[in-house]
Amino acid sequence: MKAHRWYTPWLLVVPALAFLGAFSLWPAINTLLLSFTNVHTLTGGRFIGAANYTRLWHDPQLWDAIINTLLYMAVCVPLLTFLPLLLAMLVQRTLPFMGFFRTVFYFPVIASAVTVALIWQWLLDDRGLVNDLATEVGVVHKAVPFLEDRWLLLFSAIALTVWKGLGYYMVLYLSALGNVRRELHEAAAVDGAGGVRRFWHVTLPGVRGTTLLVSILIGVSAMRVFTELYILGGSTGGIGGQDVSLVFLIEQYGSGFDGQLGYASALSVLLFVLTAVPLIVLARLNRRNEG
Amino acid sequence: MTRRRSPKFDAVTPLGLTLRYTALCVVLLITIGPMLWELSTSLKSPFEDVYSSTPQLLPRHPTLHNYDLVAQTIPIWHFAENSVLVAVLGVGGNLVGATAAGYALARLRFRGRRLVTGLFLSTLVLPGEVTIISQYQTVTKLGFGDSLIGVALPGMIGAINVLLIRNAFRSIPDELEDAAVIDGANVWQRIRYIGLPNVKGILSVVAILSFIAAWDDFLWPLLVLQSPNKLTLTVGLSYLQGEFSADPRTIAAGTMIALVPILVLFAVLQRFFFRGVGEGAIKG
Repeated sequence: MKAHRWYTPWLLVVPALAFLGAFSLWPAINTLLLSFTNVHTLTGGRFIGAANYTRLWHDPQLWDAIINTLLYMAVCVPLLTFLPLLLAMLVQRTLPFMGFFRTVFYFPVIASAVTVALIWQWLLDDRGLVNDLATEVGVVHKAVPFLEDRWLLLFSAIALTVWKGLGYYMVLYLSALGNVRRELHEAAAVDGAGGVRRFWHVTLPGVRGTTLLVSILIGVSAMRVFTELYILGGSTGGIGGQDVSLVFLIEQYGSGFDGQLGYASALSVLLFVLTAVPLIVLARLNRRNEG
Repeated sequence: MTRRRSPKFDAVTPLGLTLRYTALCVVLLITIGPMLWELSTSLKSPFEDVYSSTPQLLPRHPTLHNYDLVAQTIPIWHFAENSVLVAVLGVGGNLVGATAAGYALARLRFRGRRLVTGLFLSTLVLPGEVTIISQYQTVTKLGFGDSLIGVALPGMIGAINVLLIRNAFRSIPDELEDAAVIDGANVWQRIRYIGLPNVKGILSVVAILSFIAAWDDFLWPLLVLQSPNKLTLTVGLSYLQGEFSADPRTIAAGTMIALVPILVLFAVLQRFFFRGVGEGAIKG
């Protein structure tokens, strides 16, 4: 029985493989190679050893970027691990309008980061809605400079990221909640456990695998932040240039006609190391726990 | 299927319901409140004070004037066409390319299959931003710098889509396909009549997600595109911001042009999306 000719599978795989090679595998190798050169967009370059990497160490903006990323993680990981779970529990039951709520809660995920950042920029403007309401109620007497202050701008961007991410992680939790056995809840209820105790002792253990996955995903996406900062703070990274991220710096150095591809590539390698190493360590730990 | 319900656990008390729906409405307000405020701003006439300290959600004299104004300043409808073109290329490329590769990896035996699958898997730990500079160099060398093809190209067959579709094809029972082989069906017929009908769920998810990803993408088109007439919506809007810092109404109109179509599209297709996501989770 001959199911197919020898070349048929290759015919089917080659287009995808070509794209993978041209736009993932080769760029990955090339990024590493470029990081040891001083190549610019229009002019070639030459091998300069580890000079780009020593330059990284002395780049004050890079330290700003790393501090910002750590803060991003410190706020986003707990909030986006916990809040979407509560949200998923709210929309999980079959009650009227749940489909509507679920869909609308997903809207910020669907919207592009550029549009929602523009929307938030208007909300957080000196004369925008948030400052209007805050002044009206009397919480503040003077407009809060959300988009001018170095730290307020960062925390505005973080708040935006949390707002935009809620729906995404909610959907991940929804499918996990569907797998928590009902009988466990019923048994706990019969034993007299109230809602809060059932949450701690039945729901949370039931979705623990998803909780871990979600927090890893949030950590990785915090490393990749770009658009929120770029739109809210402008292409300079805030007034003092301190509201930047690693990806922000990659774009800043690598773009334009005089882009420093070599240095931008060294930044990219650093981004890879900072993202992949924790992932690999976690995967190892996970395997050891299971094995 | 009816389940025996223990009243204590499942009872829908009026208080419980009220609390639940109150919480849902608060979240709803937080979620779409900002979007509605932007919509309202975009409809306010130049004579209405948008900075008023007593905010008005409903515009007093709703007008589409701002939409005209934004179109006069930047070719925003042309940008929208550009975004649609890039998104359609992304959807088409993934549906054809990732389905073909996914089928071969899932259902056909050949030497090197495990190696190829491993290559696709290996790129999942590689954030796209890491290789973006080198990708930009590649696309420029291929002659697609500053072009919409250049924007669409790298996303046209995504590794993650190949793997998602491969997993869906794998869950088709072997007997079904063996029977077709005995009946003399060739590979193309098996894809057409056995494969595709069984993976419709994941295909619709891939199509929806590729469209949204292309429509929303910002960093990559920002790097690739320079000519003002070739921009996609997101990049065009980011430039609008600089030109119009004075008038939030016009920026709001531009934002709505990028926001409303994708939300409507999603609202129409959400059934397929949530169903497909559910299937994917079960079949894993």
